[in-house]
Amino acid sequence: MLDKLDAAFSFHQNALRMRGQRQELIAANIANADTPNYKARDMDFAAAMKSAAAGVNAQPFKAAQNMTKTSEQHLAGVLSNNSGLPSGALYRPIVQGSVDGNTVDMDVERNQFADNAIRYEASLTMINGQIKKMLSALQSQ
Amino acid sequence: MSLFNVFNISGSAMSAQAQRLNAVASNLANADSATSANGTPYKSKQVVFSAIASGSADASSVKVLKVIEDNSPGRVLYDPKHPMANEKGYVTMPNVNVTEEMVNMISASRAYQNNVETMNAAKSMLLKTLNIGQS
Repeated sequence: MLDKLDAAFSFHQNALRMRGQRQELIAANIANADTPNYKARDMDFAAAMKSAAAGVNAQPFKAAQNMTKTSEQHLAGVLSNNSGLPSGALYRPIVQGSVDGNTVDMDVERNQFADNAIRYEASLTMINGQIKKMLSALQSQ
Repeated sequence: MSLFNVFNISGSAMSAQAQRLNAVASNLANADSATSANGTPYKSKQVVFSAIASGSADASSVKVLKVIEDNSPGRVLYDPKHPMANEKGYVTMPNVNVTEEMVNMISASRAYQNNVETMNAAKSMLLKTLNIGQS
């Protein structure tokens, strides 16, 4: 039963985590807008979501191998095998190169930053809706 | 938690940009300093930024690698009454290019503002995340 609840929320959970990581990457691009030879980075969101979904849904509850149980009454831990970036960050294509080797285009970054923040909040709204739906299904009227 | 790392990244960029602004202020303030502690005209100072790895992912924060002195020749001014004038009456003034410094200043302050904005966005996202499942 509980793993079904977990599976129901896992899509938006993954989405939020990926959005958080993407936000971090874009923040780093904005932070390094004036750093010579810095190459702007971003992630392939579709591929990251796909691999995160495959990692979680294929085996939602897998006993942790690296956790030691000192008592028989301890619960088996959950091994999360997708804690980091699944496919690693990629480099953004250069639109207008600059002499110092920096490839950050502030217009692109600002755009993507706002877009990513809105999508993060959209995921938050949807997961809130799911929780509300689940709560009303659980409650007796 | 990656969103918390945004604070570190933006914070490092803000501190680096503040240091750049500091260098600009020093250059502009000393634009007419014909002499300094070592007897030579003031030399324009520039900061060099460098990306350094931060935390877990591929996101990197900013650090001021070094502050370099511009070694280009200074402005030469004809002023025979000046105490630093040479035998022909010329004074060597600092090599500060005021126009360049003003542009540098605007660029630094805009970059600073961008990072403040980034930090605020991350903050509001985190605050909203804390409210998951509440009412």
